Amino acid sequence: MLKDKDRIFQNLYNDLGSDLISSQKRGDWVDTKELTDKGRDWIINEIKSSELRGRGGAGFPTGLKWSFAPKEVGSRPHYLVINGDESEPGTCKDRDILRFEPHKLIEGCLIASYAVQAHVCYIYIRGEYFVDGQKLQVAIDEAYKKKLIGKNAAGTGWDLDIYIHYGAGAYICGEETALLESIEGKKGQPRLKPPFPALIGLYGCPTIINNVETIAVVPTILRRGGKWFASLGRERNTGTKIFCISGNVNNPCNVEEEMNIPLKELIEVHAGGVIGGWDNLQAVIPGGSSMPLIPKNKCETLTMDFDSLMAEKSGLGTAGIVVINKDQDIIKCMARIARFYKHESCGQCTPCREGSGWMWRMLERMAKGEATKDEIEMLGDVTNQIAGHTICAFGEGSSWPVQGLLRHFKKEIEERNNLDLIVEKKNTIPYLVDQHLLDKKNA
Amino acid sequence: MSLRRPAKDQPENFEFNSSSLEAANTIVSKYPKGKQQSAVMALLYIAQRQNNNWIPLAAMKYIAKFLDMPYIKVYEVATFYTMYNLSPVGKYFIQVCTTTPCMIRGANHLVEACKEKISENECELSNDKSCSWMEVECLGACVNAPMMQINDDYYEDLDKDKTLKILEKILKGETPKPGSYRGRVNNEPENNRKTLMDYKNA
Repeated sequence: MLKDKDRIFQNLYNDLGSDLISSQKRGDWVDTKELTDKGRDWIINEIKSSELRGRGGAGFPTGLKWSFAPKEVGSRPHYLVINGDESEPGTCKDRDILRFEPHKLIEGCLIASYAVQAHVCYIYIRGEYFVDGQKLQVAIDEAYKKKLIGKNAAGTGWDLDIYIHYGAGAYICGEETALLESIEGKKGQPRLKPPFPALIGLYGCPTIINNVETIAVVPTILRRGGKWFASLGRERNTGTKIFCISGNVNNPCNVEEEMNIPLKELIEVHAGGVIGGWDNLQAVIPGGSSMPLIPKNKCETLTMDFDSLMAEKSGLGTAGIVVINKDQDIIKCMARIARFYKHESCGQCTPCREGSGWMWRMLERMAKGEATKDEIEMLGDVTNQIAGHTICAFGEGSSWPVQGLLRHFKKEIEERNNLDLIVEKKNTIPYLVDQHLLDKKNA
Repeated sequence: MSLRRPAKDQPENFEFNSSSLEAANTIVSKYPKGKQQSAVMALLYIAQRQNNNWIPLAAMKYIAKFLDMPYIKVYEVATFYTMYNLSPVGKYFIQVCTTTPCMIRGANHLVEACKEKISENECELSNDKSCSWMEVECLGACVNAPMMQINDDYYEDLDKDKTLKILEKILKGETPKPGSYRGRVNNEPENNRKTLMDYKNA
């Protein structure tokens, strides 16, 4: 288990208070000027050597992302945008940072803005977190008052303004280009990439977008050194991470732990075990709803980091762990996730807009045992028609959980659904071709 | 995608009152010159607050003029994002999260409680027109499941009895205390916390 002194978010449970004075006691804002005085290149190199990977789901190396920002500011200003549109089912880590560690985030914004030469930073918070956003606003006002941000922020000679922009209940705005569209006052529909936001982003200007957690850990990494951060976890999967453990466990909680921690330790030690005991475990969704589930037999030895989960054909995502025990109907659980994606599809690409609804309706039928034998294969085919055929990663996010279900629980679906085919096929032909046309000659 | 329709009965006129106007001007100043369209989302919120929790079409037209942008663009935004209520929802708007993490911890009991106390169907005003309820997608408080949101506040760690009590208070016009209803502190594990021990109860 990670030592308490190595935990970055000391106030995760709000034992100490989130105001400026308590935050300064925990080490925030003490020597911000000394950090920025070492220069942009030092900051970016230190983040690169820490091997920090983005905490928002994709796991892109943060130092590398920052180095994509143009070295010289041209006619267009640079922007820093913080993604706090946390809507992935199973994830609630950013909320705790916003309400209990706001000064870590604000200080991180200053350092990151300095590193990518931005004078304006927008923090995008999902609309439902209005109360938590107000707490962050109080912290921002406090920081303005003490001249920690604003003109010559914290004595660094850098000017920075931070503004909060509230979303309004659209999951898709967590996708970075949809988030930019939303800040520009449009519908949150993702843009095609390239051009990447680092060159053409908000208002057509170079923009760096990072997750709340990524930015909030930056000041601590720079203070304690990239080497310290890289010494935690394992190669290419370094540092600490806030895990959210929800679902059928005795004590659901948020906890900051080292990367590469065994899943069993997280569930048994921190979350008080599975309801009904470890043997009652059915499956685990390891990284928020868009990651494929993992059945019990693999959970015994599974470790939680980007690469080891990738090897299991799943992913760490946002590290929102949803534990599902044997009292639950796994097909129903996945049907509900499919309904989530059907509801949240932005409607821009046809495969996703239509396909997410198909998947939901088929899974609902399968949960009731009303599907025919061939529909299981058809469902798999539909997921393949969506994944990779859309502008953004929502297509993958919506079809992966269904593919995970088909991969690990096909037997359960088959046992429940063995109605005869509606149309008996005479030849093996793809289902997309109209049967009656083939029956007729010269058709 | 979710289907969203504006209400049939629409007021003819809408205008910001003085406090809304002040808030709107502050928000427009947050964005670069010429990019005032960015403020549309915040202004729709302001209109919603001023107009008893919902946005009439007249407000969209007013905001379009206010920000010097086409009305259809405001309409697009208001119908795309689900937190803008396009028809009256009452003084208290109850949103029950029923996505998988809440579902497997019994969110259906919360829905039952809403059906008993408020109205048989979702998005339907209660008899006294003071509140309505709705099933929503993940509200991002999964470790506090099952939970619901009433206006801006989160009510966490609920079960059917606790929900019924909260709803009774609301029907009396009181505002119950937000937060966890199992007496836990924020998102820490109950009973046996293993981390940050030095600060416990500090």
